[in-house]
Amino acid sequence: METKLPPASTPTSPSSPGLSPVPPPDKVDGFSRRSLRRARPRRSHSSSQFRYQSNQQELTPLPLLKDVPASELHELLSRKLAQCGVMFDFLDCVADLKGKEVKRAALNELVECVGSTRGVLIEPVYPDIIRMISVNIFRTLPPSENPEFDPEEDEPNLEPSWPHLQLVYEFFLRFLESPDFQPSVAKRYVDQKFVLMLLELFDSEDPREREYLKTILHRVYGKFLGLRAYIRKQCSHIFLRFIYELEHFNGVAELLEILGSIINGFALPLKTEHKQFLVRVLIPLHSVKSLSVFHAQLAYCVVQFLEKDATLTEHVIRGLLKYWPKTCTQKEVMFLGEMEEILDVIEPSQFVKIQEPLFKQVARCVSSPHFQVAERALYFWNNEYILSLIEDNCHTVLPAVFGTLYQVSKEHWNQTIVSLIYNVLKTFMEMNGKLFDELTASYKLEKQQEQQKARERQELWRGLEELRLRRLRGTQGAKEAPLQRLPAPVATSGGQS
Amino acid sequence: MAGAAGPGTGPGAAGGDGDDSLYPIAVLIDELRNEDVQLRLNSIKKLSTIALALGVERTRTELLPFLTDTIYDEDEVLLALAEQLGNFTGLVGGPDFAHCLLPPLESLATVEETVVRDKAVESLRQISQEHTPIALEAHFVPLVKRLASGDWFTSRTSACGLFSVCYPRASNAVKAEIRQHFRSLCSDDTPMVRRAAASKLGEFAKVLELDSVKSEIVPLFTNLASDEQDSVRLLAVEACVSIAQLLSQEDLEALVMPTLRQAAEDKSWRVRYMVADKFSELQKAVGPKITLNDLIPAFQNLLKDCEAEVRAAAAHKVKELCENLPPEGRETIIMNQILPFIKELVSDTNQHVKSALASVIMGLSTILGKENTIEHLLPLFLAQLKDECPEVRLNIISNLDCVNEVIGIRQLSQSLLPAIVELAEDAKWRVRLAIIEYMPLLAGQLGVQFFDEKLNSLCMAWLVDHVYAIREAATNNLMKLVKKFGTEWAQNTIVPKVLVMASDPNYLHRMTTLFCINALSEACGQEITTKQMLPIVLKMAGDQVANVRFNVAKSLQKIGPILDTDALQEEVKPVLQKLGQDEDVDVKYFAQEALSAVAQRLRKLDSPAKDGEEPSAPGADKNHFLRPGGPGEDTGKAHRERAARVVSEEAVEAARFRGTDAAKGPAYQLHVNTRDTLAQLEIAELVHFSQSRD
Repeated sequence: METKLPPASTPTSPSSPGLSPVPPPDKVDGFSRRSLRRARPRRSHSSSQFRYQSNQQELTPLPLLKDVPASELHELLSRKLAQCGVMFDFLDCVADLKGKEVKRAALNELVECVGSTRGVLIEPVYPDIIRMISVNIFRTLPPSENPEFDPEEDEPNLEPSWPHLQLVYEFFLRFLESPDFQPSVAKRYVDQKFVLMLLELFDSEDPREREYLKTILHRVYGKFLGLRAYIRKQCSHIFLRFIYELEHFNGVAELLEILGSIINGFALPLKTEHKQFLVRVLIPLHSVKSLSVFHAQLAYCVVQFLEKDATLTEHVIRGLLKYWPKTCTQKEVMFLGEMEEILDVIEPSQFVKIQEPLFKQVARCVSSPHFQVAERALYFWNNEYILSLIEDNCHTVLPAVFGTLYQVSKEHWNQTIVSLIYNVLKTFMEMNGKLFDELTASYKLEKQQEQQKARERQELWRGLEELRLRRLRGTQGAKEAPLQRLPAPVATSGGQS
Repeated sequence: MAGAAGPGTGPGAAGGDGDDSLYPIAVLIDELRNEDVQLRLNSIKKLSTIALALGVERTRTELLPFLTDTIYDEDEVLLALAEQLGNFTGLVGGPDFAHCLLPPLESLATVEETVVRDKAVESLRQISQEHTPIALEAHFVPLVKRLASGDWFTSRTSACGLFSVCYPRASNAVKAEIRQHFRSLCSDDTPMVRRAAASKLGEFAKVLELDSVKSEIVPLFTNLASDEQDSVRLLAVEACVSIAQLLSQEDLEALVMPTLRQAAEDKSWRVRYMVADKFSELQKAVGPKITLNDLIPAFQNLLKDCEAEVRAAAAHKVKELCENLPPEGRETIIMNQILPFIKELVSDTNQHVKSALASVIMGLSTILGKENTIEHLLPLFLAQLKDECPEVRLNIISNLDCVNEVIGIRQLSQSLLPAIVELAEDAKWRVRLAIIEYMPLLAGQLGVQFFDEKLNSLCMAWLVDHVYAIREAATNNLMKLVKKFGTEWAQNTIVPKVLVMASDPNYLHRMTTLFCINALSEACGQEITTKQMLPIVLKMAGDQVANVRFNVAKSLQKIGPILDTDALQEEVKPVLQKLGQDEDVDVKYFAQEALSAVAQRLRKLDSPAKDGEEPSAPGADKNHFLRPGGPGEDTGKAHRERAARVVSEEAVEAARFRGTDAAKGPAYQLHVNTRDTLAQLEIAELVHFSQSRD
């Protein structure tokens, strides 16, 4: 690729930071938070934000593309692309204003040209285009200024070079969407490595950048069939790392949004790979602390899967029950919301499989001291479809929830909850009066049995503890002789006491 | 019900061996399956009890298979299980049977949740040591191989941590297989596995034969260090430390250094950060020669890195790096190759970088000696003492002792003083608090005279700070100063000033006097306490403000042990008795508490001589004090009331400061209505003033 560089461009020799042509600017102003953290301006030429080419020469405006005859168009296009591959320091907002303007104008023209002019995208310009895009967008994202960055609370750090970067993304997008665009040619340049770097950029804190990346990745997925499996695999790697290693990745919602539309397009029957993705990646994603940031997208993906293949329902619901939040009520409300979405599309044959554990959990939610959780759970009974499922299976569902509902109806501090529960109990009564009466009658008995059980349990453990002590004494006393060979276990079991 | 059936069938079935059959495994298993997670968790945590009750044989044949089969539970339960099994060898019959524990642990090592997996690996590592070499090859190594070729990344990740424990005791043929498996994990398709392998690379290298290290580990290291993901590359830097320790200088130069150089210039700041963070370890591992040729230039680059994170990490290592240089030529290297870069960092734009440097830079003075310190370092210290960021100044001041040993602190005192004064008056109370804590240290180094001239007034000023935490720290500070400079000094300089505050119009200042007396009395000794402090305290018992009065009671209780019998009997007790009749409930309460403490003390002092004559004296008060019914409730209420009152009084105080009638002492009609005045409370920091330190 290096050899195809047009003469006008700068040789991309390894950078030597000492030769910075940018004049050292004044001390950074005191009021910008960013300026405190950022690299010193005089060194920003070796910034990991951007790797600058050395010997940066002055950019001079080139003639407009529309002003040259068709024969010279491509040569000029190449030169413009090369010009746009020159990087500028945006941390220092006054440095090289002229150069920045030239590049901005050139990018604008490129955006315009690739979007509207037919016949521009011929094979030789592909490598130049991809190189220009790569040089501009691929960079190691800077350390987050705020290590505890909370996407819901904090203002994101915006990308300083956005005036150029936006145009580059826009150009990339139009390039992909151009009717002249040929994936068969482009796939030589848009390869796995390219996609991997593109995915890494999704961690950008700047939502504007992630928005562009989302659309671009979607187009790439659509146009490059050969990269699809690879993109899916890398996405799941990102998610797994997010779940189990870092708990930090800014672009989860965006990636899930793309996946939502990918899942939508899966052919039936689903491949094992896809099912595995659901069970081992999407379901565990529910356990992440920052769930609220991407829950809508995640729930959409899950429901998409279930609409494709109803037999996955049991897996999904059991998975959700496994990861059910224990202390975070905000997440609990989200789980209940997602559960209702799932129940909306559930097949009755699947419902039967999970009704008992599911409704035990729902009952636990109803007894939550946080009234929003209780309320959200009780809203299930406002859903016609769910109600009909409950009615069809009332002999299982009612016993699962009755005890809790009955108890909570007497104890809950919040009047709204109490009256909602009364409504539910009334529905039960109307649904199956006989069963309701039986359950009411046996409620007291069950309570007593529970207490009895608890006593038995205590007794059991006490007995076990005694037995253990007896045994410990026995091991150490009577069996000393045969155990001589094994001093270790005696020591170990001794340590247990 | 299993529970009911158990005891019934047990005795009949097992006959003579009654113990075992009392609790059939079904009952225990029933517990392990309980619907309530907490109960399951409890059962698992008592797994050793169950096992011991069952005996080794039934543990092996019944309990372990059950555990292996039913591993699908809450992660919390699994975590407890994984931990328990690590200590189970004795419970299954000793090392000969240790392999029985492998199946459940193998399953646990493949679950999704990282903490469970890690714990399972930890337990497996523990158990591996208990295996005989034969059992290790027959059971443990096959397990490692199975995990290493598992189809989901979790099992392969877990396998990475097990190679180094089974390798040393395996036969040569098996060793080759183990290496082969490790190699393939290093180039695994999943980055999670590569990260796990990279993080265990150093550990594995240590147990390998040197030839294998050179022929196999080094290539793996090189590959991981140029992985496409920076999260893998940075772990290779960690491995580099271990690998470098194993190789000769020549091999190092040829095999490791190219990779390390590349890592120090990696395009990802995370990798460069790692190099900076591990710099001292790397330096020790590669030895002095390579340090001079390679690491010093790399370090220079890290010190001027474009990312502040990297510069700060490097700045932290400056002192260690210099210390670890070989003594001959060290000075020249530091002066020529390190110092110029440090000088630039002193004026870095990022405060974290500056503060990282400030926390170690003073350490250089011992290495460079007196002359260099005065000529080169001193200007830097002085510049940092004037830094705009308080943290930088604080870091310098907190390390003054390093410089003190070399050039004495006097050289700095010119700049030190303004810096201290500025910090002492910083708008952030936490900064003021931090500098107060260094005062005793500074006092020791600067000497009495300098202190009296320059710093004494600061210490006194803090006593009237508007933040309680500062006033509190200031009193403690005085106590430490007295311990340092002695009682005579206290008597001449501190005590008079403190006592003057007792007649301050501001009741908070009056209370500060009491707090100071609490803190100082012990350090000052009986004479000063009795002659100078006690009269003031007693006089304050007539204060208008209830808070002052009950603090008088508290103070009297506090200084009681220092006073002699006469003072207690004749001066303290009457006053306390009077306070015990106070109209304010809190004053009463504390007075009575103090009285009983004083009475106890008197009893102790008198007991050898006149036994039981006096103690009944405060009889009237005693009834009050003993408060037979619900004292807890009373105290709670009192506390609350007191807190409310304090707040309202603060508000009055604040209001008074704003007004012009500062001279009008009796502005406080105390017991101000809290609700009316709370609204005026606009100084949030006042909330720190709290009376809950009993």
